[in-house]
Amino acid sequence: MNTMIEVKELKKYFKTPKGLLHAVDGINFKIERGKTLGIVGESGCGKSTLGRVILQLLEPTGGEIFFEGKNITDINKSTLKKVRKDMQMIFQDPFSSLNPRMTVSEIISEPMYIYKTCKNTREVGEKVIELMDTVGLVRRLENTYPHELDGGRRQRIGIARALALSPKFIVCDEPVSSLDVSIQAQILNLMMDLQDEKELTYMFITHNLSVVKHISDDIGVMYLGNMVEKCSSDTLFKRNYHPYTKALLSAIPKINIDVPRNRILLKGEISSPINPKPGCRFVPRCIYAKPECYNKQPELLEIDQDHFVACHLVREINNI
Amino acid sequence: MDKILKISNLKIQYCTDDAVVYAVNGVNLELERGKSLGLVGETGAGKTTTALGIMNLLPDPQGKYIDGKIYFNGEDIIKQSIQTMRKIRGNKISMIFQDPMTSLNPIMTVGDQVSEVIRLHQKVSRSEATIKSQQMLELVGIPGERYSEYPHQFSGGMKQRVVIAIALACNPELLIADEPTTALDVTIQAQVLELMEKLKKEFNTSLIMITHDLGVVAEMCDKVAIMYCGEIVEYGTLRDIYKGAQHPYTIGLFESIPDLDTKVSRLKPIRGLVPDPSELPPTCKFANRCSKVTEECTKADPLVINVGGIHTVKCHYAKVVD
Amino acid sequence: MSSNPTTQLPYRKKSLWMNAWKRLTKNRMAMLGLGIISLFIFAAIFADYIAPYRYDEQHLDKIFQFPNKEFLLGTDQNGRDILSRIIYGARISLQVGFISVAISAVLGCGLGSVAGYYGDKIDNVIMRVMDVLMAIPNVLLAIVIATTLGPGLQNLMIAVGISSVPSFARLIRASILSVKGQEFVEAARLVGCSDARIIFRHLIPNVLAPIIVQITLSMALSILAASTLSFLGLGIQPPIPEWGAMLSSGRMYIMDYWYLVTFPGIAIAIIILALNLLGDGLRDALDPRMKK
Repeated sequence: MNTMIEVKELKKYFKTPKGLLHAVDGINFKIERGKTLGIVGESGCGKSTLGRVILQLLEPTGGEIFFEGKNITDINKSTLKKVRKDMQMIFQDPFSSLNPRMTVSEIISEPMYIYKTCKNTREVGEKVIELMDTVGLVRRLENTYPHELDGGRRQRIGIARALALSPKFIVCDEPVSSLDVSIQAQILNLMMDLQDEKELTYMFITHNLSVVKHISDDIGVMYLGNMVEKCSSDTLFKRNYHPYTKALLSAIPKINIDVPRNRILLKGEISSPINPKPGCRFVPRCIYAKPECYNKQPELLEIDQDHFVACHLVREINNI
Repeated sequence: MDKILKISNLKIQYCTDDAVVYAVNGVNLELERGKSLGLVGETGAGKTTTALGIMNLLPDPQGKYIDGKIYFNGEDIIKQSIQTMRKIRGNKISMIFQDPMTSLNPIMTVGDQVSEVIRLHQKVSRSEATIKSQQMLELVGIPGERYSEYPHQFSGGMKQRVVIAIALACNPELLIADEPTTALDVTIQAQVLELMEKLKKEFNTSLIMITHDLGVVAEMCDKVAIMYCGEIVEYGTLRDIYKGAQHPYTIGLFESIPDLDTKVSRLKPIRGLVPDPSELPPTCKFANRCSKVTEECTKADPLVINVGGIHTVKCHYAKVVD
Repeated sequence: MSSNPTTQLPYRKKSLWMNAWKRLTKNRMAMLGLGIISLFIFAAIFADYIAPYRYDEQHLDKIFQFPNKEFLLGTDQNGRDILSRIIYGARISLQVGFISVAISAVLGCGLGSVAGYYGDKIDNVIMRVMDVLMAIPNVLLAIVIATTLGPGLQNLMIAVGISSVPSFARLIRASILSVKGQEFVEAARLVGCSDARIIFRHLIPNVLAPIIVQITLSMALSILAASTLSFLGLGIQPPIPEWGAMLSSGRMYIMDYWYLVTFPGIAIAIIILALNLLGDGLRDALDPRMKK
């Protein structure tokens, strides 16, 4: 079974006093074993919600989730607990994702105690040390509290915790966004090494395009709950088709000072995800918008090989 | 060249019961009128402390000026009285902070917050201030009708525009922006940077841009200073730093960032961690992480060497280029 | 857990409580409060050895004596030494304080954490019941419960305990709501923690600070409530010495023999003050914002 995760028409809506908030609105994708799917988008696009819905931290409003071919959307608590062993998450904020009242070894060992993966306390202790070595934490930090450590080390604790149950699939929710640049690089390298060693499958959620390019095989771009473009990592940066993707990429400040700045400035701000109007969600900011864009929401269609775009005008805009 | 700001050998420490934090350790900086300087460094480098030092806004009683001078238009800021500083802040020197969510007073309308600054520094009537405030809001891209709205009714990007409007309302000579776009989405960041560039040209404001984002610096700044452990380890023009960096930390920073154009299998992070700011070595502070470290580095503190033009490097192995 | 030698730790095993304790010791008022309370606790435990007389020892030939060398704080209408009765009274007051607060804390925390964690209908039901209880003045509620249950120390403690449950419940609920949204709670759910484990292992330890402060302050209120109830004739029965009861029985003699009510009154005032000083000190010491 090569497909690790498959998601079909996944939806998550929240009830708010102002109306129904469409956080995730019909997402479809597959992730193959051992690969990384990057999910990029700006705030309000629903990427974090997507991650949590797949792990069933939030209950999906609609659609289906398949893990290794099995439908895990409407399962009971005990089956979910079994599935959880294989699916874990690395969180964004190294400060709030660790219980301030637990020591490093307590945090890492908790899942092992709950799932009874080891025969006795001594074995747990050994596994904790092993995990700490794997993520690059010095052994003597075992009995320290998170607040005594810096962001990079804390994030390593989070990674060790995620690995404690030897999962197959890990959702990474902006794992390096809160870290200094030099530490980011250390953590990214670690994650890539772990993926090679343990054949892990990642869903890497971020707003940082340079990071996502580095770590992902495929990338999906999200806007207001929809996926607007999905293709391989290289293709996204060399041959992107959706107007939002173009604007997003051109907005990144370039480090190469000799390359002229060719920026597409989006007008306005992101519209509200509450009770969205029919039609393409990107319309208020799109310079190409035509009448058909206002009426019908574009579907995610395969335009080139393995390159999906959701735009009515994709062929006109890109001359294909 | 008219120098609006000249900092000489600035040393600032935070003194608490437990420890002394050596935040700024001998910083030398200059800024010409109308130019922009990027102050780059990671967490704990001392950039914000330097900025607060320029504004004479160090936390009292922990923050202390130990040594050095800060000349603004020829006058030493450190020696100024509280009253004089009040006239300078918001008026001649303005600061933009990182988090727009907490920089604005939630119970005042945005228009009033801009008017407040105008009325504090200029002798105008209430209605005149309101008109000026509306003009300022329009200038930053906020429709004048939204004068009476409250901060929570605005998005992050718009809040930051309000903050910029407040900062520039009195047409200051120097603007210090501390990570102004870090909390914003990249497309909004692009809008805000474009706006800052436009206003900077229009008002001929000098700018100090504090950030860890080398991309932002490349867009906005003429000169760059790289800070590490409270020292400027490298300083020069944009080209000097981006095309001819010599200090191992600067080079390490560039190599840590995934580049959109080239493909590498693994990044080259800077190994190790930033030293504890309360226990800094008297020798080279980057030695424990440097890939080119030698015995010399652990014996003496490197001097600041001029390698060409205004490009300076604080390293034993800096090479003069022609 | 591991057999690794851990010498030369650059990162010491700094307990979070040690930090708070250090801060507390720097607060002079709080230390004063702590000292006074310790004194009372000492007196309560060693009453048999400290008190010059037994609390029910009557000297019928020496009734209504003003403070003198034989009876340092005077004698009451039955010739009993007031000083001894105050010392033994400490035992009663502290017992009531500790046990009734224990009842409120356990019940209040239980209800509050369930309400805060589950939210929605459960939260509504629990908090509306708490609201009803809170609408009735504390002491009045205690009186009603005490009257229903009958006199006696045990029922006094139950009555006072129940009347303080809503303040704990509200406090815990609010604290839990603020911590509930943190990512480590999500992480706990992901690694398989049951609801109970999340509440007890993850949420409550992180909201202990306000609970501790509330406990000290509640003790003061409980002692006061117990005194009030005893003053009104509910709760403690004579000859057991309780400061409030002493106030009550001495009331009618206040014009001629002021010391009958003054000394017990001062005792009540001092312990309430001490508990408040300690409570305030704890609040400052445990404030997480002051930690960084």
